[in-house]
Amino acid sequence: MTPGQTPVICTGAKALIESLERVGVEVIFGIPGGTILPAYDPLYDSKIRHILVRHEQGAGHAAEGYAVATGKVGVCMATSGPGATNLVTAIGNAYMDSVPIVAITGQVASTAIGTDAFQEADIRGITFPITKHSFLVTRAEDIPEAVEAAFMLARSGRPGPVLVDIAKDALAATAPFEWPEDLVLPGYRPTVKPHPRQIREAAKLIKQAERPVLYVGGGVCKARAYDQLAKLVEITGIPVVTTLMARGAFPDSHPLNYGMPGMHGTVAAVGALQRSDLLIALGARFDDRVTGRLDTFAPGAKVIHADIDPAEISKNRVADVPIVGDLAHTLTELNQDLQNGSNPDIGGWIRYLDNLRKRYQPDTSPIEEGVLSPEYVIKRIGELAGPDAYFVTGVGQHQMWSAHLLPHERPGHFLTSGGAGTMGYCVPAAMGAKVGQPTAQVWGIDGDGCFQMTNQELTTCALNNIPVKIAVMNNQSLGMVRQWQTLFYGERYSNTDLKSLQVPDFPKLAEAMGAVGLRATKEAEVDQVIKQAMEINDRPVVVEFVVHKDSMVWPMVAAGASNDDINIARDLAPDWEGEEL
Amino acid sequence: MKTHTLSVLVQNQPGVLARIAGLFARRGYNIESLAVGITEDPELSRITILVNVETELILEQIVKQLNKLIEVLKIVELEEAAAVQRELVLIKVKSGPTTRGQIIEIVNLFRGKTVDVHNDSMTIEATGSPDKLAALLQLLRPYGVRELVQSGMVALGRGSKSLADRAKINRPKVLN
Repeated sequence: MTPGQTPVICTGAKALIESLERVGVEVIFGIPGGTILPAYDPLYDSKIRHILVRHEQGAGHAAEGYAVATGKVGVCMATSGPGATNLVTAIGNAYMDSVPIVAITGQVASTAIGTDAFQEADIRGITFPITKHSFLVTRAEDIPEAVEAAFMLARSGRPGPVLVDIAKDALAATAPFEWPEDLVLPGYRPTVKPHPRQIREAAKLIKQAERPVLYVGGGVCKARAYDQLAKLVEITGIPVVTTLMARGAFPDSHPLNYGMPGMHGTVAAVGALQRSDLLIALGARFDDRVTGRLDTFAPGAKVIHADIDPAEISKNRVADVPIVGDLAHTLTELNQDLQNGSNPDIGGWIRYLDNLRKRYQPDTSPIEEGVLSPEYVIKRIGELAGPDAYFVTGVGQHQMWSAHLLPHERPGHFLTSGGAGTMGYCVPAAMGAKVGQPTAQVWGIDGDGCFQMTNQELTTCALNNIPVKIAVMNNQSLGMVRQWQTLFYGERYSNTDLKSLQVPDFPKLAEAMGAVGLRATKEAEVDQVIKQAMEINDRPVVVEFVVHKDSMVWPMVAAGASNDDINIARDLAPDWEGEEL
Repeated sequence: MKTHTLSVLVQNQPGVLARIAGLFARRGYNIESLAVGITEDPELSRITILVNVETELILEQIVKQLNKLIEVLKIVELEEAAAVQRELVLIKVKSGPTTRGQIIEIVNLFRGKTVDVHNDSMTIEATGSPDKLAALLQLLRPYGVRELVQSGMVALGRGSKSLADRAKINRPKVLN
């Protein structure tokens, strides 16, 4: 609004939609209901696309998928009470993986708040621990500022989910629409520019290191600092490991990428961290799934820790050189410093890691002739779909195989639930990714357990022209849990047998929802069904691969064990000393 | 274990205290005492928190986590030597004709006040450092303490600068 102009009087609902348009929202995933109903009326006339999902959890994960695939803020909308609580899993997932989403929920009328009114839930209170911030709006005139602040908070600094809970009477009431031109949040000033002294200190350590490793986390993707990272590797020749959240941040085909570290990391990546004398952690948070037993993690390493969130630094592992700042800035400045002057020869270190990599390659061969190996299937999907496709996974064994075996060449093309480990993420997140990248091929790789949690969103996909492709790795069980039962519970398979060969019939289920259903049970059929799926672009496709239930994810560091005790197969440890460092 | 006094300047908005209390609860930090009130600026509240931590690293984590809350404007640790720290207690003590005079004498020594008197009891108000109040309580206990209520600790840094001043200059760089 230009100064001097009389503000337009409109309802809170209209103000909400107008605000969402102003912050650039293109799509909302949601379901209407009693208290959010006023907002759906002006939405009917808006240029914003609303996708009517079948469960609010799907709306939340779709918003996440959209956000990760586009780099924009994803938006989901739900009504009060159960509508809002159904969003909680997705909000929690976005919080753990720092995904920028804004959740808009209806709330009972401000006069009824606190009376246990119909469909009342204190969603702001429920989500305090899993949101970056939240607003409860009870006056129509406060809506524009809350929306603007929510989007600013979601996308800036360390991104994350923000909740805007709006009382029904605030949506119904009228007020002058005033867009805050200079939004001020006095308590929010993320440090973007790193401190020059810390950059110098970091450069000094890097120049002295003999066994340095770049421990690259999801923060590199959030900061879109891929080029700067590539440049750093080019200047220094330092080996790279990329965590689950950073797969694709640096191409897997690069000879200095040793893969994913952690509980199911490659021997080379785990070995690189354990034997390093300098960890350069970039947007990583020393999660227990990466470090294993913390007191034996990378025992000989000094730590440079760069992150935009100061609270991550020295949380789990004390940093010798902390750098708070946006990674794009941090890496640009670090590169400038490192460009001048010579870097030490780390050829011996590289040879050691190359040898580990060569000796411990992932095995994709079937464990029983005639029954499909899930590793082989996932590898073939990656090879046939190619690195330009977006890959989305559920959680469990298929997720770990996907992390290793897909072509991770492009940043932001691998969508997975990391910190929260949310089964059911795949189908709705793939839907969101496809909405954000409509011309790209989007492949979901899911398990039979995960798929049965949220597959109803295929109906949404079928009705809204969102042709995702979902590969269901049907091993008839909760595979990762079963693997732990095999290894740690004496093969007592308590409640992990899903009997997914009896029911459901996945292709039939897919067909019932308006998708194409395919199935492969033999190696000879694998390429054929993948190609067939790739040719269908007017409908979603579900391809069921009936795979062996005893396939296990290797390598593995048992929970709570030291990374040094990584196994490459059951009771089989790598030979660390095979190659002297 | 060591106790630290954190003075936290926050926006005076509904839900702020719930956020802070929730943060302490879910991350397993121990609050020894908590006092909240508005400040010279009605838009700001000040929360004084006494925390008990094993290491400086945990204290650093607490401060960093608090700083992430959007409504938190400024956090400083008030060192004992550089701050004035006070608590308030109200103590209801049994008293009769023979003991009343003795109790008043003790209370006067501690610069306390008698705020309510009945036939068989009296209520004492006293302010001061936790040590002083503990000493007072110890002397009153033999007479029979019927009821006691204690405020959280409040504290202000010595010198002319205010926390709000410092918030505007350089917010995040106090402890981290």
